[in-house]
Amino acid sequence: MLKQVITASAALAFAASAGAVQAREQIRIVGSSTVFPFSTAVAETFGRTTDFKTPVVESTGSGGGLKLFCGGVGVGHPDMTNASRRIKQSEVDLCAANGVTEITEVKIGYDGIALGRSKAGGDLSLTKAQIFLALGKMVPVDGKLVPNPYMMWSQIDASLPATKIEVMGPPPTSGTRDAFVELVMREGAEHFPEIKALKADKNAFRSISDAMREDGAFVETGENDNLIVQKLQANPNAVGIFGFSFLDQNADVIKGSKVEGVEPTFDAIADGEYGVSRSLYFYVKKAHIGVVPGMLEFVEEFVSDKAYGEEGYLTDKGLIPLTEEEREAMTEQATGLVPLKL
Amino acid sequence: MTDREQSTGIAVDSAEVKHARKRYRAERRFRMYGVAAIAAAAGMLALLVISIVATGWTAFYQHSIALDVTFEAKVIDPKGGRDPSVLARADYRKLARASLRKLFPDVKKRGDKRKLYGLLSIGVDQQLAELVAADPSLIGQTRRVEIYASDDVDSFLKGFIDREAPESDRRIKDKEIAWLDKLETDGAITSHLNLRFWTKGDSREPELAGFWGAMVGSFFTLLVTLALSFPVGVLAATYLEEFAPKNRWTDIIEVNINNLAAVPSIVFGLLGLAVFLNFFGLPRSAPLVGGMVLALMTLPTIIIASRSALKAVPPSIREAAFGVGASELQVVTHHVVPLALPGILTGAIIGMARALGETAPLLMIGMVAFIVDIPGSVTDPATVMPVQIYLWADSPERAFVARTSAGVMALLGFLMLMNALAVILRKRFERRW
Repeated sequence: MLKQVITASAALAFAASAGAVQAREQIRIVGSSTVFPFSTAVAETFGRTTDFKTPVVESTGSGGGLKLFCGGVGVGHPDMTNASRRIKQSEVDLCAANGVTEITEVKIGYDGIALGRSKAGGDLSLTKAQIFLALGKMVPVDGKLVPNPYMMWSQIDASLPATKIEVMGPPPTSGTRDAFVELVMREGAEHFPEIKALKADKNAFRSISDAMREDGAFVETGENDNLIVQKLQANPNAVGIFGFSFLDQNADVIKGSKVEGVEPTFDAIADGEYGVSRSLYFYVKKAHIGVVPGMLEFVEEFVSDKAYGEEGYLTDKGLIPLTEEEREAMTEQATGLVPLKL
Repeated sequence: MTDREQSTGIAVDSAEVKHARKRYRAERRFRMYGVAAIAAAAGMLALLVISIVATGWTAFYQHSIALDVTFEAKVIDPKGGRDPSVLARADYRKLARASLRKLFPDVKKRGDKRKLYGLLSIGVDQQLAELVAADPSLIGQTRRVEIYASDDVDSFLKGFIDREAPESDRRIKDKEIAWLDKLETDGAITSHLNLRFWTKGDSREPELAGFWGAMVGSFFTLLVTLALSFPVGVLAATYLEEFAPKNRWTDIIEVNINNLAAVPSIVFGLLGLAVFLNFFGLPRSAPLVGGMVLALMTLPTIIIASRSALKAVPPSIREAAFGVGASELQVVTHHVVPLALPGILTGAIIGMARALGETAPLLMIGMVAFIVDIPGSVTDPATVMPVQIYLWADSPERAFVARTSAGVMALLGFLMLMNALAVILRKRFERRW
């Protein structure tokens, strides 16, 4: 019996080496966990409505996805990557160094970042400057930068409720955190002349604007937005930072706070009125087109009106669509595989 | 201090008696602590199981909406060739929508129509396509078909959405409630067992999502793990226990095996990424690589369990075998290993059960992925049960909460089966000396 087992393991090892050289039949996509729900919805529809195999989508985070994507050309490397931010110059350089020269960028829509609260708590209307004062590590008090002294919202502004500042948000590895820092913290910090004066030196400014407080008022809750939603229900005074689709799905228990007087609603984000929203992308490796079957068809499915259009199935999943003109241009760019220029 | 004690005249307050009482009290206390510890553990377990079953049981049944669907030939197969690929690609959604419109002729506005169509699952086209593929003679006929309700409708029908709540707080609006009430009085809403859960792969739509793909993925992964770790583990243990000389080298190996058993599983994932994927170029997301990584992880467990099972075989067995002239190999393969087998198998099954619940090492080798197709071999992309649970727990759609718990129940079921198998094997083959 032992002999058989040994033969079987040897056969298995052989099968393994044979599998490595086999061509790939299905598209492989990696990248952002924010784009994951949309990318998977398209992948599923694509698998169902065409003869191609359903693409395999991995959730690795934007940065991790781009690193894998730029790893090289060949079936061992992914064909596309999702990103909740734009590709950086350094990543384009990395790609080029590994032979990935022609990349097509496809912008698929917008995602709002909401500051949600339990419905049991009171309404909250914040400005970006107030959010910065509540969450910054160093904040200006009487013209000097000091470690954040604010413990209650009412200490920041008398109009805010007299409850403890408790904010839950994503960790620094998350694209949502990057976007929040860029759209809220940096813009909020600019309202203060003491910090704005630092702007001559970009690093000095960012070391103040990008630093979130670490004294317990801001809690990193991991990448799982469902967890934040559950914690908000348990604690009506807490505020959570998460993607719009979670607000959309849990509208019966949580509500979005106003930022600069605008509520995070589908329309307000689509109009660009709600200021905390970012673009979502995916990137296509042109060298793989024609090698991995179905890539062009997949891109076509993604940028079709029934997917990312105003009434497409992606909007049902919480994607905020591009405007009609943007969409037209993007569909053309994507299906024509126009190479990226930064 | 009873009456009898006093009547017999024994000094009840003597130091010895006091001391004895103190010792009895200490023992009673100790027993109480023990019972409390067991009760706490059992209570915790009960709480876990109850909370999972309470949230998950609703995932095992599902609602459908029965519609009279006319399988129009001009929509399904305009050319009349009955080509299976044409039949599979037809616009079946149109047919289902037409029958919905027939039921609710006064729904005219575009937004309302969209809501009306939204009562049905997005998978309606697939469902009708499967029917036609199985029986092309349906084309041209009208049949009553039970079509899956969308996840929100299903949640509403299961009572998770409060119809008294303000309209803006509900994912099912007043109009939809009115339509559903009408369907309900018409007897068009049916509930049935959720068979998809046990037969299909993952989906982004909760009502279509199944656990079977993950179950098959786990099966292939564990198959590879068993095929690699069991023979290697048993051989290593037998050699170390029966043949190896006792010197500094075998000591070092032993210490390292024990250390390896305590290494966090994510480390094996990193190793798998560096060695199996980057160096050997094996495919990403494949059960083959997952199984190899998990085999590395279970190997020390199997070796340690096997060695203690071999150690437990009494020396008299070996001596008797040598006494009748058996060679060293014969002693081991004919007597010692068969007698130690129940212990070895128990160790292997416990190791496999641990591998079944592992996600961290699989993260690094790409098995944490959205995979719809059911894997057909060890090199096909696949995911495993705990990863599927993790992915569902992270999905925004509320109906995935119940699916997550249902997945946990399935996983716990498999773990219990495996542990029961370990107990049965031990009971069956165990020998006492």
